[in-house]
Amino acid sequence: MPTPLGKDLTALEYLSADQIRLILDTAEPFKEVSERQIKKVPALRGKTIVNLFFEASTRTRISFEFAEKRLSADTVNVASTGSSVSKGETLVDTARNLEAMHIDMVVIRHHASGSAEFLGKRIRSSVINAGDGKHEHPTQGLLDILTLRDKFGKIEGLKVAICGDLLHSRVGRSNIHGLLKLGAEVAVCGPASLLPRDVESLGVTVIPHIEDAIQWADALNILRLQLERMTAGYIPSLREYNRVFGLTAARLDQAPKDLVIMHPGPMNRGVEIDSEVADGPHSVILPQVTNGVAVRMAVLYLLAGGAPDWAQGGGSE
Amino acid sequence: MSRPILLRGGRVIDPSRGSDGIADVLLQGGRIEAVGLNIIAPDGAQVVECAGKVVAPGLIDVHVHLREPGQEDLETVATGAMAAVAGGFTGICAMPNTDPVCDNQGVVGFVIAQAQRAAKARVFPIGAVSLGQKGQQLAEFGELVGAGAVAVSDDGKPVASSHLMRMALEYAKTFGIPVADHCEDPTLAAGGSMHEGIISTRLGLKGIPAAAEEIMVARDILLAELTGGHVHLCHMSTRGSVDLIRRAKDMGLKVTAEACPHHFALTHESCLGYNTNAKMNPPLREDLDREAIRQGLKDGTIDVIATDHAPHHYDAKEREFDDAPNGIIGLETAFGLAMSELVNTGLLSLPELLLRMSTTPARTFNLPGGTLATGAPGDVVVLDPAVQWVVKPDAFFSKSRNTPFAGRTLTGRADLTIVRGQVAFQRTS
Repeated sequence: MPTPLGKDLTALEYLSADQIRLILDTAEPFKEVSERQIKKVPALRGKTIVNLFFEASTRTRISFEFAEKRLSADTVNVASTGSSVSKGETLVDTARNLEAMHIDMVVIRHHASGSAEFLGKRIRSSVINAGDGKHEHPTQGLLDILTLRDKFGKIEGLKVAICGDLLHSRVGRSNIHGLLKLGAEVAVCGPASLLPRDVESLGVTVIPHIEDAIQWADALNILRLQLERMTAGYIPSLREYNRVFGLTAARLDQAPKDLVIMHPGPMNRGVEIDSEVADGPHSVILPQVTNGVAVRMAVLYLLAGGAPDWAQGGGSE
Repeated sequence: MSRPILLRGGRVIDPSRGSDGIADVLLQGGRIEAVGLNIIAPDGAQVVECAGKVVAPGLIDVHVHLREPGQEDLETVATGAMAAVAGGFTGICAMPNTDPVCDNQGVVGFVIAQAQRAAKARVFPIGAVSLGQKGQQLAEFGELVGAGAVAVSDDGKPVASSHLMRMALEYAKTFGIPVADHCEDPTLAAGGSMHEGIISTRLGLKGIPAAAEEIMVARDILLAELTGGHVHLCHMSTRGSVDLIRRAKDMGLKVTAEACPHHFALTHESCLGYNTNAKMNPPLREDLDREAIRQGLKDGTIDVIATDHAPHHYDAKEREFDDAPNGIIGLETAFGLAMSELVNTGLLSLPELLLRMSTTPARTFNLPGGTLATGAPGDVVVLDPAVQWVVKPDAFFSKSRNTPFAGRTLTGRADLTIVRGQVAFQRTS
């Protein structure tokens, strides 16, 4: 059955502005569900969802699981270790076997870019990308955008700087595509060794120095620096990274206005972001996590064929 | 003794002699007996009417992976040689990255024996540069050549050590063979799965920059100058490489180069949607690179068209992009792609194309064929330059199906392929 989002959610690059707005609007009433005494609605009762996590994940996996359970879906978690994957089964065989047990959706986190799209083309169930390699992490992008919308009221005209390791960041790509579609201006800021080739072709501007990004932006999204980037030779040291590119309180003090500070987690305190900033008054890092559940509920609900108006009304079936 | 064959009334193009016109070609005793007008068919001759067709020296592909010994589920010498004649090729050079590696006279002899048993296209083994293609110790070029190898290469891998490459070029001079190099700086290319550019940025895939190829092209050119040896640069893919080779040729160095149909037909945009049949090494590059390759073929900077025919199993390509192997098959689509992309676009004349696909490959690797001169080997192809056909991988003679050209309509293909004066392939449909 065609849904307003199509069969799968693999990348924000593939969505229209209207589809992104629909997800955000659908997420609004779902926020309230999580604040109830009984945190459950029957929207996905009888639906079976498999969470297929080939990479370690705490926040995203648990966020999806809460979203599924609060919508009354039946869920199964599969990790690569302790499953047939560790016996050499291919991704497509794993998924086809799961599908033979009549499932409705697969949420996949995988180390290979394109793996969610690959899977979506090969199985009938809906596929939701929970992070594919260095490509996209669309629900993270959506929850970041929802958090910005909560804060600023609208995305259009907003100046957002995404800072750090854009080269390896799926969060960065999803933010770029989603924000640009909704009319934001997006800049990227980080060492050139961690920016993708021709990154401007995505529609962003490059601001080489974080001091300049702070002057320019309304909001900063600070990406996690994977610690192995140092040993792989992309940067000389974590210490220097913090000194040159880290979001410190001293740098933030120079901002001409109050900036909103985001981080997708998990944070390396003292590397890309200082604790005073992460825990400070401008940080929306925990509201991001809260919004993650609502956005994922919206995505699951819409891909299961739920009508947008039901969610608006917040009623029962 | 095989029957004589008279190919009557075709457009006979022989780039080796610069001739092009309607004529008859008579093959007898495994050789070209005569080319001319109104040749009388000898008794018992098979007469083939070739009006509207092109008669040319058989195509020669200097870069093919036949997978035997070691991966016979992907291709064998016999199936590869059959795919070759179906594509109009009468001679193919087999790269040594088999299992075991073709780094000794035993494997060379085995490949030749398998080719004789198959009795389709001629197969010319290429020996390894280094033992086990490990890049450390030179293979025994003298014995390889003695057993029938026509060149050496560690293809699939670059010769990373400049010292080893220098020694290979020096040592190969004794035997008059080219050293064919897969140009790739391994540290720049490490972990990359497609061209580094705007598409890799969108897809979040690690790219291989053009400089990874060009650095090695530049190094090999400098080593050719140092040694006076013959370096043959495999599957050139970037505009920078074409510029470097053009300068080397201006200097009079013994540098030759090849380009593959996919590099003049496609760009990195084919990788969108994580299409693993567009994954190859060197990767598909940008429009400007494709254009430079085409110009290089026009002006002779690129000497030959070679397929880099690389069979892979369906399952291996049915993977996440990062995990899928590099390469596509090419023997059965090469001529159609070249006609469609180079000749019918007005870039090359048909004689110029046949120079790049037959005469020059033969000369570059010192192979028999590539000419219709009287007494030359009876390796001839009859091409239908105008037929339109749709690429259907299920109909391939190759054991493998990995091609990005499935469903594409091409113009031109081989109707009849004659090797050693005998029909090796005749199209029936």
